[in-house]
Amino acid sequence: MAAPARTLAVPAVSPRLLAVALLSVGLMLMLGYLVAFDQGAVSQSGMYLHELMHDGRHLLGVPCH
Amino acid sequence: MRGLIVGLFAGLLAGAFAYTMGEPHIDAAIAIEEAGAAHTHDHGDAAASSEEEEPLVSRNGQRAGLFLATTLYGVALGGIFAVGFTLLRRKLRTGNDSYAALGLAAAGFIGIVLVPFLKYPPNPPAVGDPETITRRTVTYLLTLVIGLLAVWAGVAASRWAARYGDIARPAGGVAAFLVTIVAAYLILPSINEVPGSFPATLLWQFRFASLGTQATLWLLLGFGYAVAVDRRLSRQKVVAA
Repeated sequence: MAAPARTLAVPAVSPRLLAVALLSVGLMLMLGYLVAFDQGAVSQSGMYLHELMHDGRHLLGVPCH
Repeated sequence: MRGLIVGLFAGLLAGAFAYTMGEPHIDAAIAIEEAGAAHTHDHGDAAASSEEEEPLVSRNGQRAGLFLATTLYGVALGGIFAVGFTLLRRKLRTGNDSYAALGLAAAGFIGIVLVPFLKYPPNPPAVGDPETITRRTVTYLLTLVIGLLAVWAGVAASRWAARYGDIARPAGGVAAFLVTIVAAYLILPSINEVPGSFPATLLWQFRFASLGTQATLWLLLGFGYAVAVDRRLSRQKVVAA
């Protein structure tokens, strides 16, 4: 160990890392969409999830009806 | 992975905040909606009046759903945050990972919460025209993107201005940020669908509860991630020693 590092060894941005990163961001956006905007088109549960998470959506500042 | 866990806890606690601070206002707003019966949208309480159909989710269900929503949202944000941190870490000019995490969380809060909040403040139930939901959603998402762009512009400008002295650095950053959002605010249509009869006090209590919920989420996300990074760092040092 040379200098007392205050940072983690961050891996270089390789194509592999980038692919994993993009994939997980995609997944997360999907999850966010499910909470924020879905009205049954994706979840196939009709409006159930939409209504269930209704209060959360209002308080997270997402526009609603 | 750490991002997901931190996001989970941040989401849960933000849910707790929202539950205590926000729910009374939502209930109050729904009461107004029911009294006015301006439009029909399933708010659970509809069961109270006998001729209306059975609500899909009861009000108690929606209160529990609040935690589900903020938690899932927290997990999603945490995951995106962790990826962003990994990809951007080299560009953040601080030698300390914890500071970097806090800085990134602050930038995220400003870009994703504050900028949309100031242009399109969130509204409680009973406010808003169902006809315009698509337009409002699109403009809301646009403000998210613009918020992040504005933060990026601010950082870029402050680095560029740094060569002109110590004062120029923050001044340049703030100026670039402000120019971006003011231009965006002027271009984007303004939307005001709050009925004149809706009590202003309740409206703003709700809005501040909403802002507080999101501030809680981002604050915990930033600090949680900073702590997680720090702990992993000290473990690595032990291994190295």
